[in-house]
Amino acid sequence: MGRLTEYQVIGRHLPTETNPTPKLYRMRIFATNTVVAKSRFWYFLMKLRKVKKANGEIVSLNVIHEKRPMKVKNFGIWIRYDSRSGTHNMYKEYREMSRTDAVEALYQDMAARHRARFRSIHILRVVELEKSDQVKRPYIKQLISRNLKFPLPHRVPKSSKKIFAVRRPATFA
Amino acid sequence: MAQIDIKPAGWKLVEVGRVVLLRSGPHAGKLATIVEIIDHKRALVDGPSSKEGAVVPRHAIQLDKVTMTPFTIPKLPRAAGTGPVRRLREKNEIDQKWAESSWAKKKETQERRKNLGDFERFKVMRLKKQARVEVRKTAAKLRASSK
Repeated sequence: MGRLTEYQVIGRHLPTETNPTPKLYRMRIFATNTVVAKSRFWYFLMKLRKVKKANGEIVSLNVIHEKRPMKVKNFGIWIRYDSRSGTHNMYKEYREMSRTDAVEALYQDMAARHRARFRSIHILRVVELEKSDQVKRPYIKQLISRNLKFPLPHRVPKSSKKIFAVRRPATFA
Repeated sequence: MAQIDIKPAGWKLVEVGRVVLLRSGPHAGKLATIVEIIDHKRALVDGPSSKEGAVVPRHAIQLDKVTMTPFTIPKLPRAAGTGPVRRLREKNEIDQKWAESSWAKKKETQERRKNLGDFERFKVMRLKKQARVEVRKTAAKLRASSK
């Protein structure tokens, strides 16, 4: 069970006399819980349409579960990210078991490489790359190459509680 | 010039079909097979078994939580399901090979020694003493006869 969950949030403008049946808006949002998911829904909808929380309502909110959580998949993620000096669009690829895992990996990766926080990243699109020729990035290409095999040549064992050991630890095994 | 013999390094590779021993976590000490490599630090493992308590459910695991064994299931297709993994594991007699290996035997004795009671430990000590006496007796005899 990871940190993030994928939610489907559906909301709309409140019905008015001029428009008794307002349009429904649906979003797939990655958030830690339902409160954050609803908040993010309003945040994105306010950027896109003239609807805000005060004059709108959430129609439904439910969790989207991974269809095949035991399958390893490649994901392509498009993001928009605010750096310290400007806004950038990015495309990144991840190899994970689920969409939520891929997005979690993305947030960790962006935090590591660009010191980007959750608030400065907008996830635009998450797509599963079903065919291997859809994979663009070399760091994922090398993992899906045929007959992949590699050794683990240097493994540092977890240090035991004792200060002194009889033998030097072996780093290969 | 002296003849130099170059042998290939006998690394146990991370590959699809490699049988691994889980080192930590809820399934520590059980055998599983690498079904797919996720990245350089993680793999998808599956350990179906007919024995109760030896089953490892299919899950992703970090490679530093496993130890490679010398055994592989050759020609295991990538991302094979639990059924084929079970069948091929039985066909390649991985469990028998593992049980016969000195590694497994050593592990078993270590486990047994760890769970001995006080009296059993005493018995082990006595038996070890007896064995030692026998060894020294024959050694003394040999020494006497060689003079």
